[in-house]
Amino acid sequence: MSQDKTHLEKAEWDEKEALQVIARFTDLKGGLMEALHGLQEAFGYIPPESYDLLAAAFNLSKAEVYGVKSFYHDFRSAPRGHHVVQICQAESCQALGSRALTSHVQNKLGIKLGETSHDGHFTLEAVYCLGNCAVSPNITLDGKLHGRMTETHFDSLVKAVAL
Amino acid sequence: MTDLMTLYVPLETTALSLGADEIVMALLSEAEKRGQDVEIIRNGSWGLSWLEPLVEVVTDKGRVAYGNMTVEDVPGLFDGGCAALCQGLTAEIPYLKTQDRLTFVRCGLIDALSLEDYQENGGFQGLEKALAMTPQQIVDQVTESGLRGRGGAAFPTGIKWNTVLGAGDGQKYICCNADEGDSGTFADRILMESDPYCLIEGMIIAGLAVGATEGFIYLRSEYPLCREILGEALINARDAGWLGQNIRGSGKAFDVQIRMGAGSYVCGEETAMLDSLEGKRGMVRAKPPLPAIHGLFGQPTVVNNVLSLATVPIIMAKGAEFYQDYGIGRSRGTIAFQLAGNIARGGLVEKAFGISLRELIEEYGGGTVTGTALKAVQVGGPLGAYLGEKDLDLPMDYEAFSDVGAVLGHGGIVVFDETADMAEQAKFAFDFCAIESCGKCTPCRIGSVRGAELMAKIQRGEKGDHNMALVRDLCDVMENGSLCAMGGMTPIPVLSALKHWPQDFKKADFGVKS
Repeated sequence: MSQDKTHLEKAEWDEKEALQVIARFTDLKGGLMEALHGLQEAFGYIPPESYDLLAAAFNLSKAEVYGVKSFYHDFRSAPRGHHVVQICQAESCQALGSRALTSHVQNKLGIKLGETSHDGHFTLEAVYCLGNCAVSPNITLDGKLHGRMTETHFDSLVKAVAL
Repeated sequence: MTDLMTLYVPLETTALSLGADEIVMALLSEAEKRGQDVEIIRNGSWGLSWLEPLVEVVTDKGRVAYGNMTVEDVPGLFDGGCAALCQGLTAEIPYLKTQDRLTFVRCGLIDALSLEDYQENGGFQGLEKALAMTPQQIVDQVTESGLRGRGGAAFPTGIKWNTVLGAGDGQKYICCNADEGDSGTFADRILMESDPYCLIEGMIIAGLAVGATEGFIYLRSEYPLCREILGEALINARDAGWLGQNIRGSGKAFDVQIRMGAGSYVCGEETAMLDSLEGKRGMVRAKPPLPAIHGLFGQPTVVNNVLSLATVPIIMAKGAEFYQDYGIGRSRGTIAFQLAGNIARGGLVEKAFGISLRELIEEYGGGTVTGTALKAVQVGGPLGAYLGEKDLDLPMDYEAFSDVGAVLGHGGIVVFDETADMAEQAKFAFDFCAIESCGKCTPCRIGSVRGAELMAKIQRGEKGDHNMALVRDLCDVMENGSLCAMGGMTPIPVLSALKHWPQDFKKADFGVKS
């Protein structure tokens, strides 16, 4: 989920900033998860340069850090596109046509789930339940949730950001 | 100057996803244009999701509801129009009026972040009583109420607390599982967004009951608004002395932190959640040892769902007997049903156990939104059974469901119409398990992948009977050999789909070589 504010662009690697982010969480019990969230918020993804810093800060091996980072769907290895579309693929949205909506969105954006367009304009992601199941199907666009999504409505949302 | 006009517009995910903020902006600019003084209160959700955005206007008779408001409808609201959208008095809407609102009694009614609203409507009464009781008395009252874990496993809450209470004097923790990942469920979210102090109060009482001083809310990352609202609620509660080193001068200490998940479904399993809270991969732990004895950071830990904890305040305030009086058999009290999928009136229905699935879907839900015939209903999330039309008279009761191989789970009800392909749904159950498996045990990690492959073959009509036998065998292994419910219950949706809709799995057998 994209509550990180700077996900629209990739921030340059900055070791000093990364260390500052990590330092906010080293005193927390089990703070590695929070530190990963913090880094992703700052850089838009988890830069591989941060693994050694995290390992040193939390007294772990680099492999353990990578193990945690790679376990969770949210922690990205690469920056996203300028605009991010997520489509719910879970049962409630399936019951109201999310499979057809997903095909439409893929055709419209010219990318498949999990891909970023070549121009870096759009990233399309699958999500499994946004907790808005009474008004399925659901998508998010740049972190804003939209319920009762239709193909026409989606096209108008895309048009608004593509200008 | 005109008389002040008071309006309620929910600050809640569903309302926002359908344009509630845009309506607030339109209301403010229309009011300014007309020179009308307005006060807009951002309440939580009543759970009348199908009517969102639901705007309420305060009148002499009470709050009058206007459903499915759009920006275009706003001027009409000032002219006393919008008759077509008017639902009458909110409190009289049958969907709401006929519910048994205990846990959700304040949801929609109040400004979620107003401590004043909270206390004026019964908030902190349970905690005040608990502060005057011994830990054992609190635990006994929860046990007597018959409250069972609302996350899905339905383990008696009081018995869990009693184990933690008896687990020595060291550091103990209260962990609230707010990783509501089941599709078709949103009750935890509605409660956290609409009445956050209720959850906080429940956690404090749990802390007093077992002797824990620290609480964690493990919140899924898909719920950013919950994080904001809970975060602010924690600050307000701390400022007012309800949290901290000396709760309201009682000498008792308790505080709560929020920790965010990161998109992993299996972290809703309690031991995977504990590993995740410790900053590790969310791997399921073998039990025993139970988390109650050896939980977070190896210390005795209460792990409860949001709704289990949020139900404790009313049990403390009104007594175990009051709560016991609701429900049937061993399922006491109320449960929040969530109507989702292809349903005309989706939303939250809190009712005593014992109501039938048919009444929920037909009377409350109004049937399918597409007007087509109902085919299947999945109850209890992605690991719950698909039920057909003939099962709709089942009473909503933990034991009645388990008797037919189904689960009530967290109360999610997802309706599918006649267009649903149940073979596709069965394949999805395996696919989802493959995506979300933590990978610790083989039946789940490998079984889910093999299951999806077999289902794909069956869908293509390759050696249907042979592959079907393999699926059944595989389901047996997963059910009996998996470490947790992820692998152990994935066979439930698969086999129930197979049982009720065998025709969906019978494609032409082209005799393709295996």
